[in-house]
Amino acid sequence: MRQALEGSLAVAKAVALCRPGVVAAYPITPQTHIVENISKLVADGDLETELVSVESEFSAASVVLGAAAAGSRAYTASSSQGIMLMAEVLFNIAGLRIPMVLTCANRAVGAPLNIWNDQTDSMAVRDSGWIQLYCADNQEAVDSLIQAYRISERTEIPVMVCMDGFILTHTLEVIDIPDQGQVDAYLPEFRFQRRLDPSDPISLGALVTPEHFSEVKHSQHMAMFKALPEIVEADKDFEAQFGRCCGGLLTEHGDEEATVAILTLGSIYGTLRAAMDAHKPRKKVKLIHLRCFRPFPEAALLAALDGVKDLIVVERALSPGLGGIVGTEIKAVLSTARKPPHVHNVAVGLGGRDVPLDILPRLLEALKDGTATEFSIFDADLSKLPEEDR
Amino acid sequence: MASTDRNAERLKELRTKHGRSDASLPERPAEPAKDLRQAQPRFRGLEAGHRACQGCGEALAARLVTEAAGPDVMISNATGCLEVFTTPWPQSAWRVPWIHSLFENAAAVASGMEAALKAQGKSTKVLAFGGDGGTFDIGFQALSGMLEREHNVLYVCFDNEAYMNTGIQRSGSTPHAARTTTSPPGKARMGKRHLKKDLLSIISAHHIPYGASTSVAYPADIRRKVRRAMEIQGPTFLLVHSPCPLGWGHDGARTIEIARLAVQSGLFPLVEMERGEVTDVMPIRKPVPVAEYLKVQQRFRHLFAPDDPRALQEREHLQALADYNIEIYGLYAEEADPLDTEGADTVRRGGLAN
Amino acid sequence: MMEIRIHGRGGQGNVVAAYLLASAAFEDGRYCQAFPAFGAERRGAPVVAFVRVSGKPILQRNEVKAPSFMIIQDETLLHEKGLTDGLKPDGGILINSSLDPAEISRRHGIEMIAIPATQMAIEHVGRPVPNVALLSAFLEMTGLLTHGALKKALEERFSGHVLDNNLRLAHQAAKAVGKDLWKEKADAASA
Repeated sequence: MRQALEGSLAVAKAVALCRPGVVAAYPITPQTHIVENISKLVADGDLETELVSVESEFSAASVVLGAAAAGSRAYTASSSQGIMLMAEVLFNIAGLRIPMVLTCANRAVGAPLNIWNDQTDSMAVRDSGWIQLYCADNQEAVDSLIQAYRISERTEIPVMVCMDGFILTHTLEVIDIPDQGQVDAYLPEFRFQRRLDPSDPISLGALVTPEHFSEVKHSQHMAMFKALPEIVEADKDFEAQFGRCCGGLLTEHGDEEATVAILTLGSIYGTLRAAMDAHKPRKKVKLIHLRCFRPFPEAALLAALDGVKDLIVVERALSPGLGGIVGTEIKAVLSTARKPPHVHNVAVGLGGRDVPLDILPRLLEALKDGTATEFSIFDADLSKLPEEDR
Repeated sequence: MASTDRNAERLKELRTKHGRSDASLPERPAEPAKDLRQAQPRFRGLEAGHRACQGCGEALAARLVTEAAGPDVMISNATGCLEVFTTPWPQSAWRVPWIHSLFENAAAVASGMEAALKAQGKSTKVLAFGGDGGTFDIGFQALSGMLEREHNVLYVCFDNEAYMNTGIQRSGSTPHAARTTTSPPGKARMGKRHLKKDLLSIISAHHIPYGASTSVAYPADIRRKVRRAMEIQGPTFLLVHSPCPLGWGHDGARTIEIARLAVQSGLFPLVEMERGEVTDVMPIRKPVPVAEYLKVQQRFRHLFAPDDPRALQEREHLQALADYNIEIYGLYAEEADPLDTEGADTVRRGGLAN
Repeated sequence: MMEIRIHGRGGQGNVVAAYLLASAAFEDGRYCQAFPAFGAERRGAPVVAFVRVSGKPILQRNEVKAPSFMIIQDETLLHEKGLTDGLKPDGGILINSSLDPAEISRRHGIEMIAIPATQMAIEHVGRPVPNVALLSAFLEMTGLLTHGALKKALEERFSGHVLDNNLRLAHQAAKAVGKDLWKEKADAASA
C-alpha cells in the first residue's frame, strides 16, 4: 500500500514483513528510528520476534550471528561508529557464511564527531565479505531489504543494505509497502542448512591452518561472484511479483549514446537526475547508479560504459592519502578494458554537506576545464583552511 | 547414626543456614539403582582425541561440564585454547552443536542462539564457554549484558589464570605475584602487581539465579553445580578452576593435585551464590599453607628466592589473601562435612550425595 | 514543484510540522517529501525542516535554499542573520507571533503574516506547540491542500482527545487569516 512514511518507519515495516525470528540492535544516530520503530511494532504486537536490546553494536552483531546460526532469520541495523565497532563480527559472519541482513544508515565516521551522512562507514567494511547494496531512495531501501533476505539465504552470504542517513532515514516520502501475502510468496521460510541442531550436531567456526585457509578464502571469493546472478534474479523476480525493481546491479539513466557518464552510489543519484532535468546539459550525459558494490559488477559496469569517453565517479567517501574509494576501484577494473573511459573522481557531501542541483553543471564544467582530472573533495571550501593546509 | 544420615542432616543444616529456598533435600530412591553403571554420566559432549596438552585442566573440565549437561545443548565457544585444540579443521572433538565466533563475544552469540531457540519454541539449553581472558577481560561487557537481559544461558569460565592460548600473558584473573610473560619478576617487580579480579562477586551482583565456583579437582562438585545450573531457566554462571601445566609450570600429572591445593589453601574458594547472596561453600577442614600450593608451580618460583626479602613478603601477602577468603566465606569447618574438601575428590560410583 | 521551509526550535514540533504538511499532500494525491536539517537535537536549538510538494515524483534531495514559502514557528529566530534568505521574490512568510502583522513586518523589514499560534495552541491543546495552527493557516491562505487532507494527516498521527483538540485548533487558526490571501502566489509557485 502506498503511504507517506518516514524512511526509517518504512524500513521497520519491511523488516516485519520478512518475519525475522530475532532482531538485535543498539541505538545510534541516524539508525535509531529504525530500531525505535521495530520496538514499537513489537510492543504493539504487530511483529512477533525476539527483540534483543543489546549493550553495544558489537553484541548486536554477535547476537544476530548466534541467532542465525541457531536457525532463525535475523536482522540488525547500525551506522558509523556502530559499524566500526561491529567490524570484527562482520568479517566473522561473512567468513562463517551465515545469512542475515543489516541496514547501514550511512553516516560519517569520527573524528571529528559528525552525525550526518556520508558512506565512509560501509566503505570501511567493504572487504568484510558482505554483499553491499546501495539505495537511491526509500522505496529501494524497502525493496532491497526484502530482496536481501532472499539473496542472503540463497547464497549464504550476509547482505548489507546501505541507505543514506538522515537524507533517506529521516525523509518522509511516498513509499509503497508491499502486503504480507506477496512478501510471503516472494520470500520462502528461513532454512539454514548448517544450523546448530542437537539432533545433528556440527561444529561451526573451526581453526583453519595455512593448509586450508587459502582454499576457504577462494571459495568465499567465488561465492561472491556467484551471487551476482542471484542479485539480478532476485530483482527480476521482485519485479514480476511487485511490479517494480531496483535496477539489478546498476541503473542507467539518460542518453544511451552518452560520451560522459556520472556514476554515484546512494541518494545523490536522485539529485543528479533532477539536476539533469533542471540544467539540461548540452553534452550527451548519462547517470549510473551503482547499486551493487560488493560483489563488484565488473561486466555490467563495462557494458554500461560502452562508448563513454569520460566517467566522473562522484562518491561520498574518502580514503585519506589515496582519494576516492569507488573511483580507485573503478580505475582498477577499467585498467584491463579495451577502450576504457578516462576516469575522474571526486568526493562530495562528506559529513552531511548538502549536495545541491548545480553540482551537475559544476562537474561538467570541471570536466571541460580539466580540474576534475585529479581527485578532490569537490565541494570543500579551501578558503576556510589556513594556507598551509590547503 | 549412619554416616549417610549424618551427611543428609548436615547438608540440610547448611542449606537452611544459607537461606537456600529449597531447604528440603531432593528425594532419593529407597533402593540404589540395580546397575550403578546406568547412573553414571555416559554422554560425552567433548570426545577424546583432541589436541590439548597433557594434563590440561581445561580439557578435563570441559569434558566434565558437557558430560553433566547432556546432549540437548548447544555451545558458543570463545576463542582460546579450548576452541583451538578441539576444532583443527577439518576435525572436531565435539558431539554437540558448537560454534566459535570471536574472542570477546561468546556470551552475545549465546544470547542470540537462546533468542532464536525461544523464537522457535525449543528448550535446548545454550552453554557459553570462555577462558578467563575471554570472560574476566575482553568478553566481560558481552557477559554482563547477557546476564542483565536474563538469557537462559549457562556461562562456564574455564579459569587458568592467564592468556595461555597466546603464550601465558597476564589477565585480570592472574593471581597476585604470579609470573607471566607480561608480568615477569625482576629487580623492580615481583610478578603481577595487581590482585585477581573477584569475578564471582561481580557476576553475583547481577543478581542472577545461580553462580558458583568449582574446580577440576572435584568432578562431583562440577557435576552437581552444572546440573543445578541446567535446571534453572535464566542466566547462570560457573567459574571452573583449571590448572594449565604449561602456564603454571608444573608436571601434567599433578594438575588435579595442584587444583586441589588451590581450594584447600583457601586461595580459590568454592562457593555458590543465588540472587546475590552466598548460599553454600565447600568447607576446608585442615587449611593447607599457601606456600604448599605455590612451591609446586614455576610461576611462583621467584617467591622462594632465598635471599630476596620481597619473596617472603609476597608469600605472606598471598597467605593473607587466602586467610581472608576463609574468613569471609566461612570456609573453615571443624567437623566432617559432606561438602568437605577432604574426600570430596574421592571417586565414587554414582557421584557424591546430591 | 512547491518548496517550503519551516523554521523552529527543538521541541516545537518542527519536524512533525513538515511531516504533517507532506502527509497532507499525499492525502490530496500529490507527491511529497519532508526532511529535517538536524543540528544536534536539543530543546530550544534552532531547527529547520523542508517540504516539497509536486504532482510528479520528487527526485532531488538537496536542502531547500529558495523556498516559495517559509513558516517560522518562533519569532525570536528572526534575530538570526539571514534566516529569510533565499525566499523567492513573490514568496510569503507566515510567522507565529502575537504582534500585529504590520508591526512585525515593520520591525524586521520584510512582509509577513502573523498569527498567535502559541496562544491558540495553549488554549486548545494545552501545550505551546504552534505547528498545527500554522499549517492550518498556511493551507487557508494558499489553498495548496484541502483542510480535509490535513485532518487525515492529523488522524494518522494523533487519536482521542489530542486529535479532537488539534482539529479544533486547526479550525480556529484557519479563521485567523484571510482565505486565499496567497492563492495567486501558491498557484504561481506550483506551476
